[in-house]
Amino acid sequence: VADLVSHPDEIKVVSSRFGKGATNIDRYIELDGYKAVRKALEMTPDAIINEVKTSSLRGRGGAGFPTGMKWSFVPKESAKPKYVLVNGDESEPGTCKDRLILEHDPHAVIEGVMIAGLAVGAQKGYIYIRGEYRYLLTIMQKAIDDAYAKGFLGDNIFGTGKKFDCYWHTGAGAYEVGEESALMESLEGKRGIPRIRPPFPAVVGLWGGPTVINNVETLASVPHIMLMGGQKFADFGPPKNGGTRLFCLSGHVNKPGVYEMPLGYPMEKLIYEVGGGIPNGKKLKAVVPGGSSTYLLTSEEAVKMNCDFDSFAKTGGFLGSGGVVVLDEDTCMVKFALRVMKFYQHESCGWCIPCREGTDWLKKTLTRFHAGGGVKKDIDNINYLAQNMLGRTFCPLGDAAAIPTISIVQKWRQEFEDHLEGKPCPYENKGVPEPAFA
Amino acid sequence: MFSEQLSKKFDKMVTNYPTKRSALVPMLLFAQDEVGYLSDEVIANLAKRVDVTELEVKNVISYYSMLHTKPMGKYHVQVCTNISCMLRGGEELLDHCKSKLGIGHKQTQPDGLFSLEEVECIGACSWAPAVQVNYDFHENLTPERMDKVLEGYAKKAKQ
Repeated sequence: VADLVSHPDEIKVVSSRFGKGATNIDRYIELDGYKAVRKALEMTPDAIINEVKTSSLRGRGGAGFPTGMKWSFVPKESAKPKYVLVNGDESEPGTCKDRLILEHDPHAVIEGVMIAGLAVGAQKGYIYIRGEYRYLLTIMQKAIDDAYAKGFLGDNIFGTGKKFDCYWHTGAGAYEVGEESALMESLEGKRGIPRIRPPFPAVVGLWGGPTVINNVETLASVPHIMLMGGQKFADFGPPKNGGTRLFCLSGHVNKPGVYEMPLGYPMEKLIYEVGGGIPNGKKLKAVVPGGSSTYLLTSEEAVKMNCDFDSFAKTGGFLGSGGVVVLDEDTCMVKFALRVMKFYQHESCGWCIPCREGTDWLKKTLTRFHAGGGVKKDIDNINYLAQNMLGRTFCPLGDAAAIPTISIVQKWRQEFEDHLEGKPCPYENKGVPEPAFA
Repeated sequence: MFSEQLSKKFDKMVTNYPTKRSALVPMLLFAQDEVGYLSDEVIANLAKRVDVTELEVKNVISYYSMLHTKPMGKYHVQVCTNISCMLRGGEELLDHCKSKLGIGHKQTQPDGLFSLEEVECIGACSWAPAVQVNYDFHENLTPERMDKVLEGYAKKAKQ
């Protein structure tokens, strides 16, 4: 069980029930649980979608797509059944927030699924949890069973005569399944290989039916939006970037942990005040703003940045998944680029050639480079290879591998030069900081 | 093949979806937990349960990194060395485990007690470095604390 942290600047919405025993359904009801879905049952589907649109809630998985708009793409009439699919295949390096939501507040996710179902006219919801999070499956299974026992799920939900079924599902170790179309393939019992789009899942999704796919945190925000009203949620953040989100601070910070901050919170304060700064008085070198597939920020860029989708978009970057990884001055960026590429090479499914071959070549080149076997033209080659992966694959895994690599080569080119012609890595054996809670 | 309890669970699981094979990935994982690994018999049994060929089941198995077709150690030590863990000593922790257990990546001790694997992000980034032994998370580790974790499992095995 992971430690909970807190900071006075936090606005606890999604995390408001953390550590309060809300896995127990009666306790959850005491904490305003299942009120939002009762409210939604008295609303029209359009009214629910409009409330979510007002909240300007955007996908918390990393892409930041407006949730209300996503829901409105689902056709009203459909010959095939519609589905709600919760993406709990959290595996973006640096991200560990959905785990906490599922651990502390599983009923909020179920409630979010039901509200999404009412909004789009689906009667079945699937909650996909990554295989490594086995203990969460037990928690979710109990939560679903309890909700059925109370008559909140089943053939006559809350005595309204309406039907809604909810199921858990588990993966078995695959990063790529976190991508929506691969997620559907995996849920259908296949290899998690992406599907080409269009058609988008909102039109043709699970078993050919229209499907809404949302991240755990996105859906866990929905009940709060229904209760407090979309406008109040929107007002926590800057325009078009409504609400709060969970930021997972990790790497070289004194107080790592998962903090719920309003969107638009300054990155500088997030690192130095909330995160307590860099250990051992070292200087900041770089920040991974939202999981390993985002453009890295230099320390100068990071201290000027605000953590919301549009501030990042303005500079050509991505806010990403909320996984903020802090790198101090003694981190070797070549080694970092190599570790990131090793990950994507391992996780590439091999379906699209630019990703399969690109990640493998880049891993080999970076391995050789970090070991001192690099030559000058490798530096441009790394950049060239990565640029050619961008936008040339079915799913964004190819982009995810290229993006950090491009930003590291462009922003820390000098470090690559420092490794040339058999020079040993200048950062080796600088030691690692003690774990925060040791 | 499987315990009565697991068999019943499988019978229920295939009804949760419009197609039977949709239950395949969780079934493989649960079967592996009970049997230890995915043997040819397990594959044949599951293929029959979800109405697909054994080849199709093998295709699925080879995609997922948690599914194994060879026996693993009783305690499978999975050390994360992805970025957040690497920055806090994940690689040193892996080296420590290698020398302590006397085995390398994806290897099993001769007596079958421990096996070791270097894994990708396990979602414990804010509590790095982290290790999963079977399904249990161990977080904020140092080599000394890792020794205690391993000793704990070795003791548990003797009981």
